[in-house]
This record gives sequence, structure tokens and C-alpha cells, in this order.
Amino acid sequence: MSPGVIKVLIIGVYLAALVGLGLFSSRLFRGTSKDYLLASHSIGPFLLLMSLFGTTMTGFALVGSTGEAFAEGVGVYAMLASSSGIIHSLCFFVLGIKLWSWGKKYGYTTQIAFFRDRLGSDKIGLLLFPILVGLVVPYLLVGIISAGKAIEGATRGDFLMLTESGSIPPWLTELVICSVVLVYVFFGGMRGTAWANTFQTIVFMVLGVVAFYLIATGLAAKSVESGRAHEIRDGQRVVRTEPPSGLMDSLHIVSQEIPKARRVRAEVTLSDQLATVEAPEKFRTRERMDPWLFLTYMLIPFSVGMFPHLFQHWLTARDANAFKLSVVAHPVFILIVWIPCVLIGVWATTGLIDIPPPIASDPNKVLGFMVKSLSGDVLGGFLLAGILAAIMSSLDSQFLCIGTMFTKDIVVHYSREDRFSDRQIILISRGFIIAVVLATFLLSLTTIAQTRVFQLGIWCFSGFSSLFPLAFLSIYWRGLTKWGAYAGVLTAASVWFWLFSASQFGAIENWSVDFTLAGSTIHTMPVATIFLASTLATVIVSLATPKPDARTLEKFFPAK
Amino acid sequence: MKYLVWGLVVLLVVLHQDLWNWDNDQLVFGFLPVTLAYHAGISVAASIVWFLATKFAWPGDLEGVTETASETDHPEAVS
Repeated sequence: MSPGVIKVLIIGVYLAALVGLGLFSSRLFRGTSKDYLLASHSIGPFLLLMSLFGTTMTGFALVGSTGEAFAEGVGVYAMLASSSGIIHSLCFFVLGIKLWSWGKKYGYTTQIAFFRDRLGSDKIGLLLFPILVGLVVPYLLVGIISAGKAIEGATRGDFLMLTESGSIPPWLTELVICSVVLVYVFFGGMRGTAWANTFQTIVFMVLGVVAFYLIATGLAAKSVESGRAHEIRDGQRVVRTEPPSGLMDSLHIVSQEIPKARRVRAEVTLSDQLATVEAPEKFRTRERMDPWLFLTYMLIPFSVGMFPHLFQHWLTARDANAFKLSVVAHPVFILIVWIPCVLIGVWATTGLIDIPPPIASDPNKVLGFMVKSLSGDVLGGFLLAGILAAIMSSLDSQFLCIGTMFTKDIVVHYSREDRFSDRQIILISRGFIIAVVLATFLLSLTTIAQTRVFQLGIWCFSGFSSLFPLAFLSIYWRGLTKWGAYAGVLTAASVWFWLFSASQFGAIENWSVDFTLAGSTIHTMPVATIFLASTLATVIVSLATPKPDARTLEKFFPAK
Repeated sequence: MKYLVWGLVVLLVVLHQDLWNWDNDQLVFGFLPVTLAYHAGISVAASIVWFLATKFAWPGDLEGVTETASETDHPEAVS
């Protein structure tokens, strides 16, 4: 059996298991929409932790983290992961628990239902719906394209009858995973999604650690064999001939070769070269990372406070205490997934392994390539299934939530009572999900989406983050008015669009908003400007407009 | 104690801006770049701080939340 067929078989069995899980969970379906959409508020601490973590860790967590570390160095962990550990748990704590309690008490299924009630404004739903759906689409794109690229990188040379490079074409991977996720979401609803998320989160965490071990030991062994590994003997750096003696020894061998500083390829001299391989322009520090960009990047993780699919997951909790495990374990779970991926990414820069130009020019293929090069076919197949698991555990919640929003916030909300039967409502919901997934799939085939997907992801997260002040103020400030909310959302949308167009719609990578202060230029992430503008607009307009009515204030802020 | 916990959260955010590690290229335990080891420590510290938050800053008004009449109370056959 050829290596490619083995991998495809393993992935096929894994996908079939997921569909089976969805079908099984449908047998526990209680026949109510609350059960289908919110699992009847029955999810306990462990399932909640796994589904929240699996949902927030997209393809970016595995494929993107390795690729970014390959492109930018180890600083990406500090910029993206440790900050998320602090801020995500903060959002669960200050928003999630409170929104869960109101959702359970007043019967909300979506964010829009909450905002309509809290602000006493029906029209806020019409403003928020297209914005939220519009921001979910690039998020879906990140997942779908990551899957396509990972499998493409990992099957290079295995299927020469299919493509010139011998890889499984990305569109085929994307089509298959969209179909599988659609099937188990349709059959299993929120319960199936929570179970699938838990299963997939366990799969990708375990396989991530296994991949780390295999890649570390495999890379060290190959480096010694090929005479590329070094050791310090009597103060001299000499070629190592002794094979690695275990995991720690392997880690020493590969990590000491991580270049200490960014070196531009054209400036690499013979003395800089590692063995016979020219050192690429990668680094072990954050020497070219801008401290102000680093600081303002911390606003990006606030996006989880406004993710509609996360809101829906929060509402599935059995009780408030179910949140505790998620709040505490989330930062360490991020560490378990990200540290191995970041190290794999920087090891790929060492010169211990030759990264072919088509892989080096598209860093998102690096993880797939490392897996293919340094693990056996069977394990390689399992590791690829793990990568897909991470990606699909986000897609399922997003699929379910856009269907829920369309059904609850638009179709049911604006139809007269009994206009549609339940069966029709579900058909409309599923039809909308299919339409959005189809549109996303078609978008993923475009060159713009393929080349700018992670830039688009950052812009999409910036949009969600800019709506965080609205969510926070609606919970903790009695003075928030509907006019303040409109002003905040419209300001966030306008400033976001203005800056996005200034960045040539994501074409300029790492575009920043620059200020000059005391003669030096300060670079900031666009999210900082949008976040600040949105907060100011919400607060100032709320202060200048009539206060919410007494009934609303009594409902959400009762006297203690 | 509640204020101390929120103070620790602010401290985490401040410690996250580790300018002092910016150009440090040393390896911890011989394989972990300093910046990665330091921020792994931040992740562990975040878990500890959030554990303290669930112990000492947990909102007390959430026990016994019950459902009132809602749009989702009516059994609906959906498949």
C-alpha cells in the first residue's frame, strides 16, 4: 500500500468516526429546539472546557503557529498564545458567566436576542446580524484553507496522478471536511458538536504531543546521520557523530541550531552558515518585533468576548460552576498545544532539514511537511487527522451558530406566529448554513483568499474585538443606552472599514497605524484604534442620550 | 482578597510586556529559548491567578439561576 493511500485511509476512518459520533448523539435528541441549539443547558465542566478550548483553537493554533514561528521566530508564542491565556479566561470570567445566567433566566439563544432585550431596541439586530455573519466568514476561511494547505504539504509526492506536485489538491480536502462537519452538525446539533469538539480536542492535543516527540527525535537522528548536528567539545563547535540518546538529548541537538538572530539571506556569509546549509532569516529572539505592536496585539484576543459561536457554547453550561474548569485550565491548554508547534516551526529554520522553496514560500505548509518528513506513514496519517481535528472543532460551532442566528434572529423573529412549522424552520436554517458554507468554499478557491487568509483572519478578529466594549458595557454599566450601542457599533464598523481599505484590504502584510511621538514612530495594531474609537463613541453617546427605561434596569441590574 | 486577585491579573498583563527579554538569545534547559520559557511561565501563572479568581472573586449572585418563560421553553420537534 502506498504511503498516500495509508494516510488517506486513516483520515477516512477518522472522518467516518466523527459522522458516527454525530449520528449517535442524535439518538439522545430530546426533540426540542432548546436541545438542538443549546443541548438543554446540560453540559458539565469537562465537556465545556473541551468544547470552548476546541472552538477557540482554530487551524491557526497548529498550522498557523508552526508557520508563523517559521516565518517570524519564537516571539509568536508571546504575541498570540500567552496573551490569549490571560484574555480568553478573562472573557469567560467577566462575560461568559454573566451572559450564561441571563441566557438561562431569560431564554436567549443568540447574542442578538440578548442585545435586543438589554438595549430595548429591535433594530439593533438588523445592524448586528450582517456584521457578525460577515466577520464569521473570514474566520471560516482560515479554518478551511488551513486544512487544505496542511494536507497539501503533507501529501506532497504521494499522488502524482492527481496533481503536478503529487499533493491532494486543497479544494478536495476543503470540500470533504466541510461535508463531514455539515453532516455531524445537522444530525447531532449542539450536543453532537460538544461531543465532537471534546473528542477532537483530545485527539489534537494528544497527537500534537506525539508529533512533537517524533519530530524532535527524528530530526535529531537524521541530523547526526547527515553530519549536520553539532556539539561543543573543549570550547569548540564540532560536528557530532554520536546518535541522540533520548528526548532531552534530541531537544538539545535541534534547539541549539536555532539561529540566534535574524539573518537576511543575502547577508549570510560562509562563517554564518550552519554546516553546509545556508541559514535562513529566522531567529531565536524578538529583535525585529515592535514592542508597541506587541502591546497592542493584546487587544486581539478580546475577540472571544464577541464570537457568536462561543456565546452559544457558554449558554450550554449546566450551571455557573461548570465555567470554573475552563477559566483555570484554558491558559495551560494553550501552552500544551502551542509550545510544541512553535518549536517545530523554529526547528524548520535551523538548516538541519532542507525545506523546499514551495514549502518555505508558504509557511502554512511547514507543519505538514515536517510531519511527512519525520514520521512514518501510519503515524503521519494520525497526525494529519489531528490537524484536521483542530480545524473541524472550530468549524462545527461556527456552522451551527450562523444557522441559529439566521433562524432565531431573522426568520422566527420577523415572521408572524406559526408562519413556519418547526420542520420548515430547521430546513431554512440548514439551507442558510449550506449557502454560507458554499460561499465560503468558493471564496477559498480564489487567489486573494489563499494568499491573504491569515491577514484576513487578523482583520476579522480585530472586528470582533472592537465589539467587546459593547458586550462589556451592556453587562456592567447601567448607563449604556441603545443610541450609545448604535454609535459604538457604527463607529467600529466605519473605522474598521476605513483602516482595512487603507491596508489595501489585507494586501499589505503587517500593516499598522503609526504615530509620531517625540521624534520616534510608534507602530500600533489597527485594532487599538478601532477599539478605542468604539469605546469612546459608546460612552459619549450613552452619556448624552436618555437613560434606559426603569424596567430594563430593574431586570438586568436589580437592587441588592 | 478580591482586589488582590484583580491586581494579580493586571500584574500579569504588565509582566507580559517583557522588554527585558527582547534580545536575549539564551536557551533554558539547553533547548527552550528564553522568550518561550518566560511566556510559558506566564501561561502557568495565568492559570494560577484564574484559579485564585474562582476561589476568591467568584460572583455570588449566580447560584440558583432558574429559567423563566422563554422562547425556547416550548417543545419543538425539529427534525
